[in-house]
Amino acid sequence: MAKTELKTELKAETRDFNFYYGDFHALKKVNLPVLDKRVTALIGPSGCGKSTLLRSFNRMHDLYPGNRYEGAIVFHPDNTNIVDLKVDPIEVRMRIGMVFQKPNPFPKSIFENVAYGLKVRGERSRSVIEGRVESALRGASLWNEVKDRLQQPATALSGGQQQRLCIARCLATDPELLLFDEPTSALDPIATANIEELITELREKVTILIVTHNMQQAARISDFTAYMYVGELVEYGVTGDIFTKPVKKETEDYITGRFG
Amino acid sequence: MNNQDIASIRGIIRGNRRWDLIFAVAGFLALTVGVLAFVTLFGQMVINGWERLNPDFFTSFPSRRAANAGILSAWVGSLLVMLVTALSAVPLGVAAGVYLEEYAPKNLVTDIIEINVTNLAGVPSIVYGLLALGVFVYMFGFGQSVLTAGLTLGLLILPVIIVATREALRAIPVHVREGAYGCGATQWQVVSDHLVPYATPGIMTGVIIGLSRAIGETAPIITIGALTFIAFLPASPISSTAPFINFDWLWSGFTVMPIQMFNWTSRPEEAFQQNAAAAGLILVLMTLLMNALAIWLRYRLRKSIAW
Repeated sequence: MAKTELKTELKAETRDFNFYYGDFHALKKVNLPVLDKRVTALIGPSGCGKSTLLRSFNRMHDLYPGNRYEGAIVFHPDNTNIVDLKVDPIEVRMRIGMVFQKPNPFPKSIFENVAYGLKVRGERSRSVIEGRVESALRGASLWNEVKDRLQQPATALSGGQQQRLCIARCLATDPELLLFDEPTSALDPIATANIEELITELREKVTILIVTHNMQQAARISDFTAYMYVGELVEYGVTGDIFTKPVKKETEDYITGRFG
Repeated sequence: MNNQDIASIRGIIRGNRRWDLIFAVAGFLALTVGVLAFVTLFGQMVINGWERLNPDFFTSFPSRRAANAGILSAWVGSLLVMLVTALSAVPLGVAAGVYLEEYAPKNLVTDIIEINVTNLAGVPSIVYGLLALGVFVYMFGFGQSVLTAGLTLGLLILPVIIVATREALRAIPVHVREGAYGCGATQWQVVSDHLVPYATPGIMTGVIIGLSRAIGETAPIITIGALTFIAFLPASPISSTAPFINFDWLWSGFTVMPIQMFNWTSRPEEAFQQNAAAAGLILVLMTLLMNALAIWLRYRLRKSIAW
């Protein structure tokens, strides 16, 4: 479908992907393509598994006992199955950045926050770090607001600024894929608009997978949309199509607000 | 709603409110018991010991004549023992707490260890004294020294520090932890770059609470055989000749504040009771000072760590 229409390559795809929280079968045979340098949105009612799917992409579930992946999430171009337990989750997280629902800057300085990813990658050169921090902050449209107070605590920033700082923290290490888990649900409308604009700019450089509760947001910023319901991927397609002429009845019901 | 309904609702609210008043009074009385007990004890020590509080009291060794006796060897001993206690208990306690909270697999063995650590906090201190007598004094041959006392009290406050460390780690929000892992940090990097620094105010509070308990401990120190009358100081840790630092003081005999007090209270002469009250006053002030330090540190460090 979309693949042929937009002539773009796959960055990642899930193949018959299942996920279990202990005995609970949270994701069922999900097959989702994530296209390179595009924004893919995951929508669906609460508890549908969209965040669970997103968090599988950087192996966040490994942090807690009793979780189990089954099937594959294949990352291109190297065809690595990132949920294979033989693949180091740290390596996966170094390639795939994540922005969380609640802005989560470290209680350190603004500079240290953005530089942290470089630190764990062993970068020692002060000039390299300073350059990367500046370009990451510029990339997250935050540089002009913070350039004179890089040594101040990041937690003193406003919520919207904190979220852009978290985006900068990811950008500093050039992720191949950027995951957003409802990044604007804790923000006011103006901060939300800033983040949405930023996501639209970022799609030139990086592949984006975003979970959102807000259907208008998905319609505004995404190229492709996947509708999920109780752990299954119901429908996937070009965003315009999903919102104007969905194939499945359930998708239509959700989109038109008859349900969810 | 008519006037009658409003009147009856008001009546019900009045009835419900009565318990606010009853509890406020009962709670205040309960609080008064604690405060009065402290004020009485403290006041009595001040009244009895006030005259003895002069510079000589701090710079004199104990003596057979009450008027000449001082607490020099006791406060120096307490200080050195606390130093050993802190240096031994803090690294052990923090490491154990971090391991239990972050690394230990969640299974039966871990649960049993956890229950043991919690119970350890309730073991009577004299039992630690007996353990130390057997292990440190006889088995390791550390003798009745500052080192033995410091390690014993270190063991005593270990559970306090472990529990404080775990509580402080647990108070760090999940999303901050996940943010650190999300950057590609290993577990050790998350622990050393984030969790321990963010938990430091809580750990510090636990350490100081532990130390202020340890400084007043008497039973285990007597058990390991601290001297009750001591007219010399341990060797100075700093010397004027190379290598400028020495550890002879670790092996020295010693006494501590509560033992000095205990010694004086057991004498028949009235004058020695005064000395004991004065020493007690100093001991309480030392503890209060440590608690004040804990509050100040927590306040300062917390300001820089917000979520």
